[in-house]
Amino acid sequence: MKVPAEKKMEMLRSMLLTRAFEDALQVLCQIQGKIPGMMILCTGQEAVASGVCAALQNEDFIISNHRSHGHLLAKGADPKALMAEIYGKRTGCNKGKSGTLHLAVPEVNAPCTTTVVGGGLPISVGVAFAQKYRKESAVTVCLFGDGAADEGSFHESLNLASLWQLPVLFVCENNLYAGAQRFEEHTRVKSIADRAAGYPMPGVVVDGNDAPAVYTATLRARETAANGGGPTLLECRTYRCRGHGEADPQHYQPKEEIALWKQRCPILKLEKEMLQKGILSAEELEKLREDSRKAVQEAVRFAEESPWPDVAEAFQDVYVSDL
Amino acid sequence: MAKMTMVQALNMALAQEMEKDDRVVVLGEDVGVDGGVFRVTDGLIDRFGGERVMDTPLAESGIAGFSIGLALYGLRPVCEMQFSGFSYYAMHQMEAHAARLRWRSQGRFHVPMVLRCPYGGGVRALEHHSESREAYWAHTPGLKMVIPSGPRNARALLVSAIRDPDPVVFYEPKAVYRAFREEVPEEEEVFPIGRSQLVRGGKDVTLISYGATLRPTLEAAQTLHDRYGIEAEVIDLLTISPLDDELFSGSVRKTGRAVVVHEAPRSFGPGAEVVSRLVEKAFLYLEAPVKRVTGFDIVIPLYQREQEYLPHADRIMKAVRETLDF
Ligand SMILES: Cc1ncc(C[n+]2csc(CCOP(=O)(O)OP(=O)(O)O)c2C)c(N)n1
Repeated sequence: MKVPAEKKMEMLRSMLLTRAFEDALQVLCQIQGKIPGMMILCTGQEAVASGVCAALQNEDFIISNHRSHGHLLAKGADPKALMAEIYGKRTGCNKGKSGTLHLAVPEVNAPCTTTVVGGGLPISVGVAFAQKYRKESAVTVCLFGDGAADEGSFHESLNLASLWQLPVLFVCENNLYAGAQRFEEHTRVKSIADRAAGYPMPGVVVDGNDAPAVYTATLRARETAANGGGPTLLECRTYRCRGHGEADPQHYQPKEEIALWKQRCPILKLEKEMLQKGILSAEELEKLREDSRKAVQEAVRFAEESPWPDVAEAFQDVYVSDL
Repeated sequence: MAKMTMVQALNMALAQEMEKDDRVVVLGEDVGVDGGVFRVTDGLIDRFGGERVMDTPLAESGIAGFSIGLALYGLRPVCEMQFSGFSYYAMHQMEAHAARLRWRSQGRFHVPMVLRCPYGGGVRALEHHSESREAYWAHTPGLKMVIPSGPRNARALLVSAIRDPDPVVFYEPKAVYRAFREEVPEEEEVFPIGRSQLVRGGKDVTLISYGATLRPTLEAAQTLHDRYGIEAEVIDLLTISPLDDELFSGSVRKTGRAVVVHEAPRSFGPGAEVVSRLVEKAFLYLEAPVKRVTGFDIVIPLYQREQEYLPHADRIMKAVRETLDF
């Protein structure tokens, strides 16, 4: 399938934004100490979020995990509100209550990014059921890591979604590590997609560093789901170029392996392809990069200038009426 | 005696028990090669091998249930949850099986396992990484719930927990993990589960706390003494359930006043049980209502407001003054 040039542009833009956003976070957290140390980034994995979200409609829902910045930005979240939230400011998308690990962005239909590994899977199945129940054409995408596929909730969710043929896409970002464990140290399957056979549903493996490939695979799975064909398990093969979190010394990841995957950078890959095909000029690329840097600078400025939440706000929104 | 952090003391407890008893095995996510998120199991895999120090996949329910199976068959598993906030997948196994099998089998089967979890705030981490929900476990008959407050009692209590014939949920205050060092004897030391400890004598008021909030409680007691000449008696619960109410109710019969301190949310927290026991056992001796200085009934806030959530010495002192002025 041919991927339209404007889709490629959209994906490149969101990958550049995510990279710039997270590079800034790394500095703010690790070097300047402005944000506390639990910082989980998706450097090297940007094509998954960008490819998946480029294939979605606005009304589609995403349920995400602890490595969520890229997912949310690709779905269209405002970088200012995200940055302010990560700082813990009251202008953040969750009024400074969630921080980096539990972001929720209602405007882009991202109600839950959970740091409980595997916790989002059954929730996504429930949302998908409700979409089908209301006879809407929207679908739900659940994004999770290879480690999450070992939790019981993964298996329960795939079985349910398949049994009731629900419009949900299970997108596994297999970045070859779950914490300090390598993929082959935590499961004997050769690929997470093999597990689809057990439920059953289509299991698809795609190069997770190739945004157009992720886009195409997602579009197909979305089509199936939206037309009553049930769920798909889509495994995107990628690599976690940084440690699990920013405090992780990464001693268990071979240096050569990291270097190899840095060469396979999904952003460089798409840039190169677009330049070669003549759908992007060097000047346009420079402009795109500059735009993303500016958007991030603006987001950082907004966050820095924003007020902290009042102590009293901690007692709001526990229940529908305040405590 | 070596001066150790709590992390080192816990590591020593595990290593020594594994050395003495080949039934003791350790398991959890990244506890082997990586030595655990907080390095409590550091180096154990090199000494005891991968069969006794098992790196498991991400599967908390599996880890707990598997440990129950090991324990039923005579092993002594010590399993780790990376943070207490990620232990709830394990809860159904703990409450439905670990806690009940002795009772159900009329004592013919029992589940000698330890579920270790770092818990608590003060480390600028987010939500699940900072919470203090020991009441969930303490509310479950059949489980023992233990929370040490310093390196030395952590070591002694972990040894006791491993040897205990019943399932023990062992919460480790991560704010204390590396906060200070204490002399910890190389020789065996145990501390009985189900017993609290007097850590400072006094006649005017009784402060009851445990875990990470013991330190601000002691700090408050010291300042009350230095500044106002108020002598606070301080009791460290150490075991939350089953609760030792003898020591603190005896103390309150003497002082007539009490303040309970914990960082867990206030309502239905361990403090509520302590107050009830005081009503039952020291009612006629009370000179003032018992005060609680606790976390609030909300999710623990993000780092920027965390310090306002956690009990500090000034909040504790204020509560003490209020009981004294009553
Ligand atoms: C239920 C649960 N257990 C443990 C953790 C601690 N933890 C956070 S992320 C993570 C690794 C997750 O690996 P994976 O699902 O592959 O996602 P990745 O981090 O590689 O993106 C672990 C163990 C957690 N957050 N939730």
